[in-house]
Amino acid sequence: MTALSMAVRRRTVDAAGVRRARFWVYGLLIAFLLGSIFPFYWSFLVASRDSSMLTEQLPPLLPGGNFISNVGRVFDSVPFWRALGNSVVVSGTVTFTTVLFSTLAGFAFAKLRFRGRNTLFLIVVATLAVPTQLGIIPLYMAMAEFGWAGELQAVIVPHLVTAIGVFWMRQYTMQVVPYELIEAARVDGCSMIRVYWHVCLPAVRPAAAFLGMFTFMTSWNDFLWPLVVLNAENPTVQLALERLQSGFYIDYSLVLAGTTLATIPILIVFIVLGRQIVAGIMQGAVKG
Amino acid sequence: MTSSVDTDAERAPSRAAPAPPPPHAPRLTWRQRLSVADAKWSPYLYVAPFFVVFGVVGLFPLLYTAYLSLFDRELLDLEGTWVGIANYVTLLGDAQFWNALVNTISIFLLSTIPQIIVAIAIAALLNTRLRAPTGWRVGVLLPYVASLVALGIIFANLFGPNYGLVNGVLEMLGFERIDWQANRFASHVAIAVMVNWRWTGYNALIVLAAMKAIPNEMHEAAVIDGAGAVRRFFSITLPLLRPTLIFVVITSTIGGLQIFTEPKLFDAMPGSNNGGSSGQFQTVTLYMYQTAFETQNLGYASAIAWVLFLIIIVIAVANFLLTRRIASSGVAEDGAR
Repeated sequence: MTALSMAVRRRTVDAAGVRRARFWVYGLLIAFLLGSIFPFYWSFLVASRDSSMLTEQLPPLLPGGNFISNVGRVFDSVPFWRALGNSVVVSGTVTFTTVLFSTLAGFAFAKLRFRGRNTLFLIVVATLAVPTQLGIIPLYMAMAEFGWAGELQAVIVPHLVTAIGVFWMRQYTMQVVPYELIEAARVDGCSMIRVYWHVCLPAVRPAAAFLGMFTFMTSWNDFLWPLVVLNAENPTVQLALERLQSGFYIDYSLVLAGTTLATIPILIVFIVLGRQIVAGIMQGAVKG
Repeated sequence: MTSSVDTDAERAPSRAAPAPPPPHAPRLTWRQRLSVADAKWSPYLYVAPFFVVFGVVGLFPLLYTAYLSLFDRELLDLEGTWVGIANYVTLLGDAQFWNALVNTISIFLLSTIPQIIVAIAIAALLNTRLRAPTGWRVGVLLPYVASLVALGIIFANLFGPNYGLVNGVLEMLGFERIDWQANRFASHVAIAVMVNWRWTGYNALIVLAAMKAIPNEMHEAAVIDGAGAVRRFFSITLPLLRPTLIFVVITSTIGGLQIFTEPKLFDAMPGSNNGGSSGQFQTVTLYMYQTAFETQNLGYASAIAWVLFLIIIVIAVANFLLTRRIASSGVAEDGAR
C-alpha cells in the first residue's frame, strides 16, 4: 500500500518540477547523441576505406581495413609528428602559465586588499568582451620584428594568461578560501606567496583543473593566429590538418584519417575527464 | 563569512607582532617590516602578469590597428603613406565588405537562434530524472572536443555538392539535391549547422545549470495551483532563464561575429580565402585575413578589423545594458559585478 502511494506521488511531483524521465525523453536524447557522434564516426569510416566509397550511392556503414595505411600516408604528406610535438609544447606551456597566473591573480583579487583592486578587477571584466583576435595585424608585425615569425613562442606568448581565467579563478577563490585560514597562516609567519601555495592553491584545485583542461582544449584547437604566424614546416596539428586538405584534389580518406588522428588524443582526455569538465561548465554557469 | 572581511589578511602582520616583549612598542623589527611590505606589494605582483600580457598582446595591437588603418601600407613596406580616413571611406563603398558583413550576420543568426531553442529543449530533457545523469551530460558535450579545423573538413565532406552524404540522403528521400557550396543561403545553413553542432550541447549544460538553480518551491506552488508541466515551463522556467540566455547570447555574439575557421575550411577550393566562388560565404574576419595576408594591404585590413571591433563592442554593450535591466528586476546579477 505504502509502496503504491509512494509510486503515485513520485510520478506526479517528485522534487517538484523535476519529473521522472519517460521513454521518449531517452529516445530524444539518444537521437541527439547519435547526431553528436555521427560526424566523428563518419570521419573514421572514410578514413578506414578509400575515397571511392564516397562516390557510391549508398556508402557502407561499417569501417574498412585501410585505416592504418591511410594514417601512414598522413605521416608521409605532412610533418605530423612534428605538428603533434609542437601542439603538445604550445598547449602544455599555455595551460601551465594560464593556470599559474590566473590562480595567483584570482587569489589577489578575491582575498587580498590593495589600492585600486576594484578598478583593476573591473578592467579584467571589461576585457572579457574585447575581441583581441582583431589585433592580429600589428601583432604579426611585432612578431616579424622580433624574428619570432615561424617560431613556437609567437603562438605561446600571446596566450600566457586570459581574462576569463582570472575572472573565473577570482569567483571561485572568493567562495572556497576562508579568510580565517589566510590569517592563521600569516600569524604563523607565512609569506604571501606561501599562503598562496599552501592555503589557496589546494582549496581551488578543482577549479584550477577545469581551467587547465579548458585552456588546453582551446589552445589545441586554435587556428587563426597559428595560421598567420607559423608556417608549413613548423606547424601545429590544426595547421597540418588544413595543409592536408589544401591539395588540388582532396583525397578525403587521407584528410579524414588526419582529422581522426588529431581528434583521438583529445577524445581520450575528454572521456577520462568528462565528468569534471561537465561539472566545471555547470558551476561556472551558475556563478559566472 | 562577509563579516570577517574587515579582519583582512593584510592586517595580520600587525596582530602577529608579539605584544609583550619590546618596551619601546612602535618599532617594528626588520622581519615585520618585510612582512608588511610583502602584504602591501605582492598583490600587485600577482595581478601583474595578466595586465602585462593583456597590454602588450591585447590592448596595444588593437589600438595600433586603429592607427594603422589611417595608412596605406603594404606588408613589406615599412613606412606606409598617411591617408587619413580614406580607408574607411573606401570601406563604406566596398561591396565585398558589405557582402561579408551580411554573410557574417546571416550565419550568426542561423547559428544562434536554433541553437538556443534546441539547447533549452535538451536542457529540459536533461532536467528530468534520468538514470546516469552525468553520463548523458558528458555525451551531450562530446562535440565540444572536435577541433574547428577537423569539423570544417568533415562537414565540407558531408555537405559536398556531388558526393556529399547529405545530398545523397536528400535524394534518397526524394528531394532535390542542394548545392551547399554555390547557393548563398544554403552555404550559410551548412556553416551554421557546423557551429550549432559544436556548441548546442555546451550551451544546454549552461541552461541546465540555471534550471537546477530555480527553487523547487516555485514549481511546488504552481503544481498546487494546478499548473501543468508545459504551463510551468513557459511561466516559471523560461522567464527565470532569461539572464542565462542573454549571457549565452553575448558570448556567442562575440565569438560568432568573428567566425573564421568554419567558412575558411568549408571552401571547395582548398586554401582559398574567397569564401566560395563569388564570396557567398566570406565572413568579415575572412575578408580581413585575405586583405592582410593575401592581398597584403595592411592599412585597409586594419580598417576592416577596427570596424568589426566597433560593431562587436556596440552589440556587446547593448546586450550588457539589456542584461542589466532584466537582471535587476530580480534574478542572479552576479555576473555583472
